[in-house]
Parts: sequence; structure tokens; C-alpha cells
Amino acid sequence: MTHTRPRRTTTALTLALTTGLVLTSCTLTGGGDEPGEDQGAPASTESPDAEGGDDDASTDGATDTAPAPTPADTGTVVLAAHDSFTLPDELLAAFEAETGYDLEVQLSGDAGQMANQIVLTAGNPTADVVFGIDTTFATRVVGAEALEAYRPDDLPESVEEHDLAEGAEAYLTPVDYGDVCVNIDSVWFANEGIEPPQTLADLTDPAYEDLFVTPGASTSSPGLAFLLATIGEFGPGEWQGYWEDLMANGAKVTSGWTDAYTVDFTAGGGDGDRPIVLSYASSPPFTIPDGGFEPTTRALLDTCFRQVEYAGVLAGTDNPEGAQAVVAWLLSPDVQAAIPDSMYVFPVDDEVVLPDLWAQWAQVAEDPIVVSPRQIEAERETWLREWADIATG
Amino acid sequence: MRRAPGLALGLAALVPLAFLAVFFVLPVSGMLARGLWPDGRLDLSGVPEVLGRARTLRVLTFTLVSSLAGTVVTLLLGLPVAFVLYRLRFPSRGVLRAVVVMPFVLPTVVVGVMFRSLLAPGGPLGGLGLDGTWVPILLAFVFFNLAVVVRTVGGLWEGLDRRAEESAATLGASPWTVWRTVTLPALAPGIISAATLVFLFCSTAFGVVLTLGGLRYGTVETEIYLLTVQFLDLQGAAVLSLLQLLAVVAMLALAARTRTRREQTLRRVGALAAARRPRRGDIPALAATALAVAFVLLPVGTLVVRSLRVGPGWGLEHYRALTDPDATAALRVSVTEAMANSLRTAVDATVLGMLLGLIVAVVVSRRPRSPRWARTVSVLDGAFMLPLGISAVTVGFGFLITLDRPPLDLRTSPVLVPIAQAMVALPLVVRTLAPVLRSVDPRQREAAATLGAGPWRAAWTAEAPVLARPVLAATGFAFAVSLGEFGATSFLARPDRPTVPVVIYQLISRPGADHLGMALAASVLLALVTVVVMGVVERLRVGSVGAF
Repeated sequence: MTHTRPRRTTTALTLALTTGLVLTSCTLTGGGDEPGEDQGAPASTESPDAEGGDDDASTDGATDTAPAPTPADTGTVVLAAHDSFTLPDELLAAFEAETGYDLEVQLSGDAGQMANQIVLTAGNPTADVVFGIDTTFATRVVGAEALEAYRPDDLPESVEEHDLAEGAEAYLTPVDYGDVCVNIDSVWFANEGIEPPQTLADLTDPAYEDLFVTPGASTSSPGLAFLLATIGEFGPGEWQGYWEDLMANGAKVTSGWTDAYTVDFTAGGGDGDRPIVLSYASSPPFTIPDGGFEPTTRALLDTCFRQVEYAGVLAGTDNPEGAQAVVAWLLSPDVQAAIPDSMYVFPVDDEVVLPDLWAQWAQVAEDPIVVSPRQIEAERETWLREWADIATG
Repeated sequence: MRRAPGLALGLAALVPLAFLAVFFVLPVSGMLARGLWPDGRLDLSGVPEVLGRARTLRVLTFTLVSSLAGTVVTLLLGLPVAFVLYRLRFPSRGVLRAVVVMPFVLPTVVVGVMFRSLLAPGGPLGGLGLDGTWVPILLAFVFFNLAVVVRTVGGLWEGLDRRAEESAATLGASPWTVWRTVTLPALAPGIISAATLVFLFCSTAFGVVLTLGGLRYGTVETEIYLLTVQFLDLQGAAVLSLLQLLAVVAMLALAARTRTRREQTLRRVGALAAARRPRRGDIPALAATALAVAFVLLPVGTLVVRSLRVGPGWGLEHYRALTDPDATAALRVSVTEAMANSLRTAVDATVLGMLLGLIVAVVVSRRPRSPRWARTVSVLDGAFMLPLGISAVTVGFGFLITLDRPPLDLRTSPVLVPIAQAMVALPLVVRTLAPVLRSVDPRQREAAATLGAGPWRAAWTAEAPVLARPVLAATGFAFAVSLGEFGATSFLARPDRPTVPVVIYQLISRPGADHLGMALAASVLLALVTVVVMGVVERLRVGSVGAF
């Protein structure tokens, strides 16, 4: 390092090296990955087609490994989804067999991270189609012009009740929904001889002091749903008072659903001391004890906020037909029937047969609390800041 | 001939620099530009607003104070442990070294849940009333970062010649005086290196602050997440990222100054020669080590115990489920397949991180005579620490908006994951190797050159022997970083080839005791695999070089 060279040479060298390096490193690392792919994931969605035109795809050095479609590669369709997306391999294989497309799944963090990735890459997407945009982010994604209008033909009738409004339904098609509800440990209440709560308003009753735990609205998607439930129930000017009472009554706010349910809840597998928790309407079936016949917990169906997950074709995709095929496939009876067991939410098609446990124990709210997605997007920041002041001090 | 090695080194330094430019500087400036130059014009209107918020000040203060406290406590506990595990010779030393490293790879959300299970009102330590206070956050900082101190300092300490200490003692110096005047100055560069790393890790900790702080204790990192992911307030996020950047640069400059002032060449010997049997005077250090091991084992033990709990009884069902792809519909691959994915990614990331890290360490350990080049080297040194101090949200989203067109359309390339992990491992590698390299007297190289060795040969003769063991240690460390990495990886759009931390996250977000049990079992497996791999790597002997 003791030398001094004319600066211009160094810059040129940097440039040359940067380019050369990036190009070679991709092939090196990518090449190392490929044999592994084949042996490691027998039933994965990785497409084996990438081997073919490695060298002639001269547009960039990453083409050989990047799943992003190029004009020469229309056989592949890339589905962007959040980390919780999963469906049985047979269904993915069936899609590929029926349509001739290779389906690649691309995961991008939680629902919020993914929605923002879609917004940030609007017009120049990394995938062709997206699944998992939820009620709370739908307006943001549609507003960013990140989607192309598409709606499959022959949708089941029941889809309509989950539709977005004001034109957004042309861009995003509902796929599944889940109700976020207050859950109670029925066994605990029976043992203590206390009458369990029924409504959101009940939770501020001194009888339930120090018994409720919920994930926070700013860090957890069910937590946000619960805040929205209280806003929908009490009104945009009134919910703050409710939350003050709730906190004064000893409600506990954790950062995520996991630790609320598994650490603080009395029936979540840990040694918690709070018998009322914010969770999902679909949670109770998982609390059937070994050898038992019914769940030890129950969802309070008057406290539910409905979260719908949507799919849509990404604007700027190279493969609109493939993308549309994926949306239609997500609404097909086979996929709809597999959704409960794979993703723990209800299919939008109410004609598919639910798994036994679900049919018996997982209920949906008849009249869930509603806040319009547009209002959510417009007010989210104000609400969350106000909420943080009240709930997190 | 005189000039050749310098030139070659300068060129070699361009390789890691290019990486830093493409995979760090470019994405971060892209995000800052989105926030501050929204429509091609500089818009700083949000700056006073963001800075004026009471919350911003609170968040900044808490980040600084908690990271400082975390660093100090980790150092205080880590130094005696490093001494015991790297200077004393006793049975089961290897096992203890492995135990101390385990926390480093455990997924933060799992550790958060374990800490809370211990400290929550219904838990075994619930009586302490610590749940929801700042204390668990501090404890978690120590838990995760103990390995950083023990290994960075231990690597330097291991080969330190004992004779200087012994002479001082023979001349009548008390143990405290020996430590203060001989040992501490020799270790100072390693200690400062470790402190820098721990501070950076603490100040950007995310999951653990959220889980344990119960939302009351926001840090700059959690605030950037909130602004970016919830509000898409890129301007506010950019302002905070800039603040974060400034603070990190100031801290690195301070560390570099302190370090350079204290650097000295050390007489080094083989580790075997330096280690001795424990004596009575070592009891305080041994006690501190016992405390540290117990502190590490308590949450890890809770984890193991709970992973064995099946319904009302006990059993290995959760472990058996790890190999079964159909164990739960929540996962498309079995956990063991995910482990194979993790290992493959980790190999790529480790090779890359070591290659770049070695180059950087060699370059920054040289002492150019011209002050300007000396400064350049020192800036270079700091530059490679930066990725640890900047929010993963900023870098992750930055990838998306900057690496989006040819020739750098890498947004969804599978190489991004190992690269992102290598960028995290690289500072650890450099901070492990650079203090050791700097302790080698440059005259040794010169002597070799005088005896007719070419520059490469001279460097090899003088430096390779002392470097062999730290290189192995750094390799193991880089591997562990990659195996456990989740934060940065989760912000990348990546092909569906889940790694173990991703799978654990999927499992733990599902209701049902079985999912929780599997997540815990998978965490235990991850920790075990890490410990085994690191153990094997460290036992390798590179030809005669490592044999001492």
C-alpha cells in the first residue's frame, strides 16, 4: 500500500474489477448451488430449466441463477409470497403439469415486508404474480400502481363478499381469510368459576383485570387487526378511551403473537398466567389435548376483525398469462380445499369441504368488525402513533 | 521488487471494496436517496420534524445507553472467560468453548421466548419481577455477544508469550499490576475490536429488543423498521438511518484511534506452550467462567427441556418430526432438508467471507509509512465494519431498488443470500485476524526478505504460523454467523429454499404445542450442528503450519 498511482488508473481498475467480479461471483456461487438443489429438495418448486440457455442469455450475468423471468424464458412463472405461504407439493406439481409453466415461489419476509417490496419495485417487479397482500396493505399496493387489472372468470360466488371496494377489486382477488379474535382458556374460567368475557367492552371489566394479553399493533399483524377491531367497534374518535381503560385494567402488550400465545397465555403450551389472549378464530382446534375430544379454548366471535389475503398480477410482468394462471389456480377448488391445513386460514370458496377438525371446531364470525381498507391506509400512521402513546408508554 | 507487494495488496483490496460498494454502499445510498431526494430534488423538510419528535430522542438515547451497557457487561464477563478457555489447560475445555458459542446462532425470537418463559410471572424466575423491564434486554445482549468477546480476545490471547507476565511477577509485581501493565496493553487491540463488534451488534439488535422489551423500549433499529415497513415513511427512515450512520462512523473513528495508540508487536508462541494448568490464583476467573456458562446454559437448558416436552409427558417426538417432510402442513420441506439448505448457503457465505476477510485483514494490518496511506488503511478498516451498524431493513430494501437493472439485476439471485451473510461475517473475520496480524513485528518480514525470500514468501514465513489458528477460529465463526442469520436474509426476495432459521420462524408463528415443540427441537439441532461444525473446523491442522 505504499505506492501511489495516478488516480484515474485506480478508478478504471475498480470499475473493471467490480464488473468482472460480480459477473464471475454469480456463476461461481450459483454453480455451487445447483447440484445441491437437485439432491436436496426432491419436491421443491425449483425449476430445472435454468440449465439450458445459460450462455446465450447475454443480458446479464445473473440470468443463469436469477429466477426473474426474461423474454427468452417465458416458461417460468414466479410467485411472490410471504414467509408463511405453503401449499402441498402435489398441488404445485399439478399446476405445472396442467399449464406447462414452471412455478417458482419467491419468499420475501412477513406480509408487511412483502407488501412494501411490491410497492418499492412497482413497474419493475421481481416476480410475475403476488399472493398474500392483506386487508391492511391492499390499498397501499393498489395505490402504488404495482398491479395489473385481472380477475379470473368463473369465481365462486362467495368470493364477492370478501372483495375490496372502489375499483380495487379489479386488481386483487380474495384467496383466503382469517378472523383475528380474542381467545379464552375455557378450562381456566370453568375452574375459577368466573363467567368468561363475551365482547371487547367486557375486557375493561375489573373482573378481568390482569387477564388479557395481546401482541402490539405496531409490530404484529394480528396486533394491528385487534387495534382495527377496537377502532371499528368504538369509532375513530372513541377507541382511544377504550384503550386507556384496557391498559388501566392490566392488559399486557407483547411484541409478537408468538410470545403472547406461547409464553403469557395459560393454554398456549407454556406456563402463562393470562387466560385471555388475542389470536385467531382458527386457533382453538390446536388446543384439543391428547386423548381429548374438544378444545380447551374458545374464540369470542363478537370480537373478530377479518383479514383477507389477496392475489394479483404484478404490473410490468413479462409473463401476464402465466401470472393470471396462478391467480386462477389459487382460486381452484383443490387449492382452496388445501388452504386450511396448509396456511391456517379459511378458503374464500365456501363450497369446498373443510377438514374435519375445522368443520367441527373452527368457527368464523358471522358479523366481523369492519374498517375500510382505504381508511386503514389513510389513517394507519396516526392510529399507530396514538396507539403507541397509550399502549406502550 | 520492493514495490510489488504493495501494489498487489492495493489491487487485492479492490476486490472486497468492490463488494462493499455494490452490496452495501449502493443499496444504502439508494434508500437514502429515495427518502431525501424523492422527486430528484433534495427535500429535507422532514428532517426537523423527525428530529423534533420526543420519540426520536428517546429511541436514540435508549439505543446508545443500552448498547454501551451491553458492551461493558459483555466485556467484563467475557474477559475472564476468554482467559480460562484460551490460557488454561484443563479437561472439557473444548466443550465449554463450544457451549459459549451456542447462543450466537440461536434464532432471536426463540431466545426471546425462552428468556420470557424464564422471567414471566409464571416462570421459574418470575419472582425477580424482571419481565417487561430493560434488564432482560441487557441480559440478552450479553447472552448473544459473549462469544464475540471470548473468541476475538481469546484468539489473540491464546498465542501470547507468557514470559513477559512471568518476568513482571518475578520482579515482584502483584497479579493486578501484571494484568494492568503487561497483559491488558497486549490485549487492548483485541478488546477494542471485540467491543466495537459487540456495540454494533447491540445497537442493531432487532428481534430480541422487540420480544423482551415488550414495545416499551424502541431502538433506532426497531424505529426504522416501523417507519419503513408499517408507514412506508422513507423520509423519516432515511433521517434515522443517517443518524445511525453518523453515530456508527463516530464510534468506529474513536475505536480506531484508541486501537492504534495501543498497538504493539507481541512475542507469540504456540498455544500449547502458552496454556498452563489452573492454579489457586485463577479461582476468580474460574468462578466468572462458571457463572457465564451457567448463564448461557439456563436459557439453552430451558430450550432443550421444553423441546422434550410432549403433551403431558416427555419424549423425542419433536425431534423425530424434524426428518419427516409430512410432519406438519406448515412446512413444505422437512427440517433436515432445510438444514441441508442452511449448510450449503453457509459454505458459500463462509468461503466468500473468509476470502474477502483475509484480504481486508492483511491490507489493514500493514503500516504504510506515508501518513496519507496510513489514514486510508484506517478508513478502509472502518468501512468494512459499517454493514453491522446499519439497519437490515435499509440494506434489504435498498437491494431491491438499486440492484434492479442490468448488469446488476441481482434482486432475486440466489447468490444474494450468501453475499448478505458474508457481509455480516466479514467484520468478524477481520476483527479476529487483524489484531493478530498487527501484533507480528514487521521486522520479521523484513528479516525474511533480507535472507532472500520474495515478498510473498516473506509474509508467509512471518505471518502464516501465527495466523493458522485464528483463521480456523474465524472460519468457524463465519460459518456460525451464516447458519444463524435471519434478519438480513428475511428482507431479501429469495427463492423458496428455506434455511433453518426461516423454518423455525414459520413453525413458531403457528398455533399448537407441536409446532412450538418442533421449533424448539429445530433450534436445538441448529445449535448442535453449529457447535459440531465449529469444533471440527478448529481441530483441523493445516499441514505443518497449524501444528506448532
